[in-house]
Amino acid sequence: MNSDVKLTSQTFKAVGTRPIRPDGIDKVTGRARYGADFNLPGQLVGLILRSVHPHATIKKIDTAKAQALPGVKAVVTAADLPDLTDGDKDLLAVLENSMARKKVYYDGHAVAAVAAIDAKTAKAALKLIEVEYRLHKHVTDVDEAMTAKAPVLHKDCFTKGVKPTPDKPSNIANVSEFGHGNIKKGFKQADLIIERTFRTEQTHQGYIEPHACVASVSPDGTGELWVCTQGHFVFRQQCALLMGMDEAKLRVTASEIGGGFGGKTHLWLEPVALALSRKANRPVKLVMTREEVFRASGPTSATSIDVKIGVSKEGDITAAEAHLRYSSGPWEGSWAMLGAMTAFACYDLENVRTVGSEVLVNRPKTTAYRAPSAPMAAFAVESVVDELAAKIGMDPVVFRIRNSAKEGTQSSYGPVYGPIGIGATLEAAKNHPHMSAPLGENQGRGMACGFWFNFGGQACTDLNINSDGSVSLTVGTIDVGGARASLSLVVAEELGIDYSQVRTVIGDTATLGYNEMTDGSRGTFATSIAAIQSARKAIEEMKKRAAQHWDMPVEDVVWEEGHAIAKGKSKKNRPPMSIADIASQAAKTGGPIAGHTEMVADGAGVSFATHICDVELDPETGLTRVIRYTVIQDAGKAVHPTYVEGQFQGGAAQGIGWALNEEYVYGENGRLQNPGFLDYRIPVCSDLPMIDTQILEIPNPNHPYGVRGVGETSIVPPLAAIANAVSNASGVRMTHVPMSPPRILQALEDATTT
Amino acid sequence: MAIIHLWGGLRPAVGDAESVDINATTIRELMTKLEERYPLMSRHIETGIAVSINGTIYQDSWAQTLPAEAEIYLLPRIQGG
Repeated sequence: MNSDVKLTSQTFKAVGTRPIRPDGIDKVTGRARYGADFNLPGQLVGLILRSVHPHATIKKIDTAKAQALPGVKAVVTAADLPDLTDGDKDLLAVLENSMARKKVYYDGHAVAAVAAIDAKTAKAALKLIEVEYRLHKHVTDVDEAMTAKAPVLHKDCFTKGVKPTPDKPSNIANVSEFGHGNIKKGFKQADLIIERTFRTEQTHQGYIEPHACVASVSPDGTGELWVCTQGHFVFRQQCALLMGMDEAKLRVTASEIGGGFGGKTHLWLEPVALALSRKANRPVKLVMTREEVFRASGPTSATSIDVKIGVSKEGDITAAEAHLRYSSGPWEGSWAMLGAMTAFACYDLENVRTVGSEVLVNRPKTTAYRAPSAPMAAFAVESVVDELAAKIGMDPVVFRIRNSAKEGTQSSYGPVYGPIGIGATLEAAKNHPHMSAPLGENQGRGMACGFWFNFGGQACTDLNINSDGSVSLTVGTIDVGGARASLSLVVAEELGIDYSQVRTVIGDTATLGYNEMTDGSRGTFATSIAAIQSARKAIEEMKKRAAQHWDMPVEDVVWEEGHAIAKGKSKKNRPPMSIADIASQAAKTGGPIAGHTEMVADGAGVSFATHICDVELDPETGLTRVIRYTVIQDAGKAVHPTYVEGQFQGGAAQGIGWALNEEYVYGENGRLQNPGFLDYRIPVCSDLPMIDTQILEIPNPNHPYGVRGVGETSIVPPLAAIANAVSNASGVRMTHVPMSPPRILQALEDATTT
Repeated sequence: MAIIHLWGGLRPAVGDAESVDINATTIRELMTKLEERYPLMSRHIETGIAVSINGTIYQDSWAQTLPAEAEIYLLPRIQGG
């Protein structure tokens, strides 16, 4: 990390204000260009043939009839996407997920694709492709997949992370364990122990914009890709590897993005589009339907989690243990490991152990979803924590404050914490009017805490001073949640000019060095450090140019409020030079003025949040409505408070959907039963109350302005907060998410019959 | 000589030890010496290891200094959404 990223005390003029976002007008008028809005001359329509079988060997694919259909320009199968991964198993899984090779592993797995002159011809061609399958038994349930009788997806899958290594393959890809202390001793010290099993169902990120791209590969070996993505540099790197191209020969341009939440950090149809274009020698557009989005992209894990926590009658947790089983789709991931790392991260525990099992199932490849894996673990742990507090007669917030992690606590995943904000969010919750507001009949209140890591990574930015004195900033991280406005604000702050004088754009992969994706809550954190450094470099250059113009040493020039100012007795009559003045002299003082930065931004700092939720339950129908919701989270420094609040609210809204309605439903035939927004119900505005927010600003010492990532943590507490509220409203502990009306009615009925 | 704590997934590469003693002043030097002493660490280093220094996690900044007496913890590289 460079030396000038350290926090400096300063008062802000631009940072912390709420200007209108630069992409707002385009987005509300339909002018903004999303993935499906790109078009090229001679472009073909691409479509993908997908398996309806959840588990089968591909015996034969005959594409002859489809290829012979007039208007069809290319048909591709796995044979057109040779394995160039050179032993990289993760990348091979990406390739195999994009196009099945020897086997199909889930309903919706791609087996072939066509490119034709129009959609009608492409659809007709898909029907002419003949695929001969040998069907296998399938398994979609995470617990069933772990049993000895379950069909094994991969014969070479021997569980990693256990000793001895098993001599038989299974669907348990790996086991991860974290913790410290002595669990047995801790439970012996407990006056009360609660042990429960929880389940969460698989959910989709639910981004409104489906995956879409246009690929154009030339016979000279160069190519271009226009795509909706959270990280076009990563897409270029992986696509170039899979296609056998030099990265320099593949230019990737990112479109506007209609939501990603982790689901657009992975390749899905892009290698297929490139292969079709290469074969057809024409541009090819591929756009997923909503059904394809559900069947073949992005869901998070379904989970099954056992939690056991012991507590003394004084309210001290003596031991905590969790066994977490996460579905990973057909290929190994690290989802259970993340659940095991985050489960107890909010607490100061002497004795703690978590074990995560990564389980392969015949469902789509699990993908990151906003603080991946943490919400499910928090649901299980925070439910038991709430129940323990109630059983020993302690206020749930006070109980959490008593046991919360603090500076010097050894975290449940290993390291000792530095300064952290969990205590501040809990104290804010304790004092928040929401906690003491009266509740009505059939209403209940719940609260919960959440943790996420956050990270930084590689960033590269260019800042150019234009001839009229306005400023252009080019960045390589995708703007998902208002980053262009935030980055313009930090540049305005550094240069000492008005926000309206700065315009931030997302450059393509040919214009900047490598940038990591917009994920891990890193976009504004990492890129703003690079932008600040670029602005500081431009200021140094402008001071030199002013010094040249004035014919004085640069040491006699300072930068104040957007102007170069001559200091010293002999210079005092020089009028200050604005950026426009300096830019107007650029040609005579050395040419264009710019500031360029390439860096690694690390030290993002871990993040905590506390949520409070009120629900009203209809005991006749099981319908639950969230009637009040409050998010309290540490933002370090809120660059653009409106977008920080938007992140808090968005995470809570997604968590509410996950808690109450959203779930993948698979039939006995292994096929997804609800691949559409009518049957997979995400919350709409009328389902939600105004989500109140409280931004805490505890500066991050590893950012010049104290900024922390804010994008993910807000989805961690909602499942638990809502489950605690529903449990308090109904008097029945809810252990299965989503708490849909049928599931709540069943829980109420079970409680009355036992 | 700093004590380097390792998460469970790395321990088989260092003979199942929970921690190892290594004298290093930067993350780069730490990785180099880990690889020299424990060749099985190469695969993990290549795929990515995060380093927690006094609770702050560094994923890529190999020039980062390791202060004397700091708590050093090797963790898996984290994915985000």
